Amino acid sequence: MEFIYYFGEVFTPISFMLLVGGTIGGLILGATPGLSPTMAVALLIPFTFRLEPAHGLILLGAAYTSTVAGGAVSAILLKIPGAPANIATTLDGHTMATQGRGAEALQLSFLSSAAGGVFGVLLLIFLTPMLAKWALAFGPSHLFWLAILGVTVIGTLDTNSVVKGLLSGCMGMWLATIGFDDIMGAQRFIVHPSLAGGISIVPALIGLFAIPQVLAMFARGRQPVGSDVIAVQKHPIGKAMREMTRRWRALGIGTAIGSIIGLIPGIGGQIAGLVAYDQAKKFSSERQNFGKGHSEGVIAAESANNAMVGPSLVPLLTLSVPGSPTAAVLLGGLLIHGIFPGSDLFDNHPDVAWTFINSMLIGQVLMCIFGLYVAGLAARVAQVPQYVMAAVVLGLAVFGSYSVQNSMGDVYVMAALGIGMFFLERFGFTAAPLVLGLILGPIAEANFTQGSMIADATDGRFSYFFGGTLNIVLILIVIASVAYLAWMEVLQRRQDRADQANEAKA
Amino acid sequence: MRQWQHIIPSGAIAALGLWVCYVSFTQKPTQAFLFPRLISSVFVILALWTFGRALLGLSRAGTGIGRTMFLNILPGLLVAAVYIFWAAEALGFYSGSALAFFTLLSLYDPASHGEVKSWVRRIVITAGFILVMYLLFAKLLSVFTPRGLFF
Repeated sequence: MEFIYYFGEVFTPISFMLLVGGTIGGLILGATPGLSPTMAVALLIPFTFRLEPAHGLILLGAAYTSTVAGGAVSAILLKIPGAPANIATTLDGHTMATQGRGAEALQLSFLSSAAGGVFGVLLLIFLTPMLAKWALAFGPSHLFWLAILGVTVIGTLDTNSVVKGLLSGCMGMWLATIGFDDIMGAQRFIVHPSLAGGISIVPALIGLFAIPQVLAMFARGRQPVGSDVIAVQKHPIGKAMREMTRRWRALGIGTAIGSIIGLIPGIGGQIAGLVAYDQAKKFSSERQNFGKGHSEGVIAAESANNAMVGPSLVPLLTLSVPGSPTAAVLLGGLLIHGIFPGSDLFDNHPDVAWTFINSMLIGQVLMCIFGLYVAGLAARVAQVPQYVMAAVVLGLAVFGSYSVQNSMGDVYVMAALGIGMFFLERFGFTAAPLVLGLILGPIAEANFTQGSMIADATDGRFSYFFGGTLNIVLILIVIASVAYLAWMEVLQRRQDRADQANEAKA
Repeated sequence: MRQWQHIIPSGAIAALGLWVCYVSFTQKPTQAFLFPRLISSVFVILALWTFGRALLGLSRAGTGIGRTMFLNILPGLLVAAVYIFWAAEALGFYSGSALAFFTLLSLYDPASHGEVKSWVRRIVITAGFILVMYLLFAKLLSVFTPRGLFF
C-alpha cells in the first residue's frame, strides 16, 4: 500500500497541470489519424528534459493513456482509427454515429476506457512491487538474457517475418554499440563525426517512429481532404452509465482480455481490442447485432485497449522488458533521466515510481471527464489535412531532436534513421524491435561484460551464462518464443499458398 | 512486387552485416569488441538468410514501393533532406523551417495553385506554426538554435 503515501504528489500544482495538459493534448493527438501513441510519446520526450523525472513521466504517462482513448474519437466520428488500437472500435462505433448515436458511442467509449484503464493500473500497482522484489535475485547473466528476451519477444511478435524482426533487433543492438567505449577507451564504428558520442536514444526514437509516418503521409500525394465529421446529438451521460453497467459482461471480457494481453510483452492494444471484440461477440446473447451499431462492441474494444496500458508497464518497470512499443519509448524516457527500472526504481526512486503510477490512475478519470468534453474539438483536429500534419510532425521532429543536446548531429542521425526505417518498413522490417535493441543493447552489453568478468574468475563463461535454473528458464523462453512464432509463420505461408491454389482453380 | 525490390534492401543489409562482422573481429582492443562480435555474428547469419531468400524469390513480407508512391514521396523527401542537411544550419533554424514548411504545404496542398486564397492560407499556417515553435523552443525551453544567414 506504499502507493497511497505518494498520492499527494500527483496533486501538486505542477504535477496536476502536466497531467491535465498531457491528457487533453493526448486526446487531441490520439484523435489525429497518423499520429500513433508511440510517436506522440516520442515527440513529447524532448519537452521532459527540463522537468523533474516524476513530472516528465507524468506528462508521458498521461499522453500514453489518453492517446489510446483519443483514437476512438476519429474511429467513431470519421471511421478512421486514430491508432491501430482503435480498429475494433470503428466496427460498431462508427455505425452508431451514422445512426445518430455518436454522442452515446463516445460516452460509452470513454467510460469503458476509464473502467478498463483503472483496472489495468490497479494491476500495475499490485503486481509491480512483487515482481520488482523478485527481480532482486537477478544477476548479470539473468539481466543479459532478459534484455535478449525483450528484443526477441518484440522482434518476433511485432512483425510479419520472424527473421526480419530478429534482424531489426540485431541492427538496434549494433547501433547501440556505436561511439566511444568508455570502459575500454576504444572507438567503435564511428564513420561520421556526429556518431562520436554514440546514437542518442531520443533522436533515434523520434526518427524511427515519426519520420516513416511523415513519409507515409507524403505518399498519399495531393489528395483532397476526405471524410466529414458526423454531427453529434446530445445524450445524457447517466443513460450511458446505465448502459455500460447493463453490458457488464462485455466490459468484464474487454477488461480481462486487455489486462492479460498487456502483461505479455510485445502484443499491444491492437490485438487486445480485436480479441476482446471477438470474445464479447461470442459470449453475447445479441451477437447478431455486432457490426450494426451494438454498444457491447464499443465497450469491449475500448475497455480492452485501455486495460492493456497499465499491465504493459509491469514488465517494463520490474524487468526492463517493455510490453509494447510505447512502453519502449517510456523506457527511453526513464533512462535519459538516469533511472533504471527494477528494484532500483522502487528502492531508490519510490517518489518517481509511485507518483508516475498514481498519476496514471488519476489520468484515467481525467481522460474520461475531458474526453467527453473535448471529443468535438478532437474530431475537428482529426480533420487537419495529412499534408499539414506531415509538415508539422517533420518540424517537431527536427526541433525536438536538436533540443536534446543542441546538436545538428542528432538531427542528422534522426533523419538518417527515419528515412532508412521508412524504406525498411516497406520490406517487412519494423521499428519496434530496432528501438528495443537500441534501448536494451547497452543493458545487455553492460551485463555481458560484467558477467564475463565474474565468469572468468569463477567457472568459465559457458557455465555462468548457460547454467542455473533461472538462466535455463530464460533461454528456453527465448527459444520457445522464436520457435513458436516461426512455426506460426510457416503455417500461415502454407495457408496462403493453399488459398492461392484454390483461387487459381476457381 | 518485383523480386529486385527485395534484393536491394536485403543485399544492403547483408553488406552492412558483413562489414560490422569484419570490423568487430579485426579491431582492437578485443575486449571492447566482445559484445559487437556476439551481436554481429547473429546479425550476419540473419542478414545472409534474408538476402538468400530474396535472391530465390521467397521474400513475401512488406508491400514494397510502387512508382506512384515513390513519385509522391520524392518531392517531400528532397525538401526534407535540403531542410535538414543544409537550410536549417545555413539559413537559420526558423527561416529554414519556415521555408521547408511552406514548400511542403505548396507541394502537397490539393487546392489550386492559381487561387490567391490558398496561397494566403499557406502563408498564415506557416507563420502560425513557426510562431508556436518559437514560443515553445526559444521561449519555454530556452533552446539556442543555429542562426545562419537570417534567423
